[in-house]
Amino acid sequence: MKSVISVIGKDAVGIIAKVSAECAECGVNICDISQTVLNGYFTMIMIADISQITVPFTDFVDRMAELGRKNSLQIQAMHEDIFNSMHHI
Amino acid sequence: MLATEDILETIGMIREECLDIRTITMGISLYDCQSDDPDRLCTKIYDKIMTSACNLVATGEEISKYYGIPIINKRVSVTPVALLAGNLDRDGAVKIARTLDRAARELGVNFIGGYSALVQKGFSRGSRTLIESIPEALSTTERVCSSVNAASTKAGINMDAVSQMGRIIKETAYLSRDNGSMGCAKLVVFANVPEDNPFMAGAFHGMGEPETVINVGVSGPGVVASAIRRAGECSLADLAELIKKTAFKITRVGQLVAMAASRKLNVPFGIVDLSLAPTPAIGDSVAYILESMGLEQCGCPGTTAALALLNDAVKKGGVMASSQVGGLSGAFIPVSEDAGMIAAARAGMLSIEKLEAMTAVCSVGLDMIAIPGDTPAEAISGIIADELAIGVVNFKTTAARLIPAWGAKVGDTINFGGLLGEAPVMPVRTGSPAAFIHRGGRIPAPIQSLKN
Repeated sequence: MKSVISVIGKDAVGIIAKVSAECAECGVNICDISQTVLNGYFTMIMIADISQITVPFTDFVDRMAELGRKNSLQIQAMHEDIFNSMHHI
Repeated sequence: MLATEDILETIGMIREECLDIRTITMGISLYDCQSDDPDRLCTKIYDKIMTSACNLVATGEEISKYYGIPIINKRVSVTPVALLAGNLDRDGAVKIARTLDRAARELGVNFIGGYSALVQKGFSRGSRTLIESIPEALSTTERVCSSVNAASTKAGINMDAVSQMGRIIKETAYLSRDNGSMGCAKLVVFANVPEDNPFMAGAFHGMGEPETVINVGVSGPGVVASAIRRAGECSLADLAELIKKTAFKITRVGQLVAMAASRKLNVPFGIVDLSLAPTPAIGDSVAYILESMGLEQCGCPGTTAALALLNDAVKKGGVMASSQVGGLSGAFIPVSEDAGMIAAARAGMLSIEKLEAMTAVCSVGLDMIAIPGDTPAEAISGIIADELAIGVVNFKTTAARLIPAWGAKVGDTINFGGLLGEAPVMPVRTGSPAAFIHRGGRIPAPIQSLKN
């Protein structure tokens, strides 16, 4: 089971370390990272493996959001099913 | 495998293009609440609703967090209250309305639908009582929504009901005059009403539905408009294809959320209503979709044709995306809830007559239209009759939600606030249908009803 974690904001240098640390605490493993610009904003997309997650996924969503707030970024974790359902027949 | 561009597309739809789940609506049967004693009836109704829906709001918020998609409203719809009001007087019916309102407040749902009657063939005792109680019920409660089905292709048009509803709407406008005649924003008159519509104000829990059910209404006018703008110049067939694919993606999210809600609440999944439902927010407008398709402004020549293409493409794309599609499913054109409609009405480009034509090719009716406060009841009945005739002859749902805002004239704007938006008061043609309306009785069912 996977989650997509999006990081949107000005400067994400150092944020990869912070997100990884938070993920590790929750038993989440980052599989893939890509970076792009979405509507003028720097955006990082991480695919994370949540099959061994040690907290409820909604708690993980809250923790990611809080990490974002502390660092003036928008960090949102979303379950992969929303992407799968939209883009696969 | 999740492709980055797909991920970015989904995130863009949610963040920039106002993609959301407009509502998760739980339908609840109140048949087993029947009682001779009005107070006992209210207690049973209250208990049933609270027991069934106590986890609805929390579950909606959890699902919203899980998938990262806003779920704007959690709502409840109930068995048409007229079916329970056979032994009640008007006060007894209003008590039920207050009970529904209290339950909605305590659950944290913003609307509760089902203060309704189905009278397409005639009035039962309960229907009469319910309808007569509507003005008081809607002006003394906050969250209760009411609807009256006055026509069907099978039964024809109950013109006695249509005549009465013109007066009921006026009275509701008067009793809620201190609040912009907001009572009328919670009242719809239908032809061919769907029994599983999750949107307000017309939602109720139909007679053939299970004990409880989850229906989801998606929405994404902003998503469709953006997709059209990105496509640039293309043929109408390509445009239809594009809208279909976009509607597929939007509806898929509705299906995902509906299945999740059904699982978590242990309530059967009913339908996904794949309607494009606008909000007053910028970018969330059906009118802007039509303008993106190449119309200078919504309401100009070509509007009805463009809407026909849009409505059909939405349905075709959405049907593939969901295992059960129902409700209204199409494009909504509520004037006060659509920034583009409001602008077009203010500019004099959009009239009630044009809107009436548009209702022939889209999924709902004359919706959230403010008209002068002194519009005669017979004229309101005439507008309703016209709208219902379109639905009855064309075997589709049509409806009228008209707001004769007390004291308001053409040129004024009525502000309802929130998702109900604001409405410029639109002119109604003079010329009275009173003699026609007062003939009474039923307009017979059209020949199309003899399909067996």
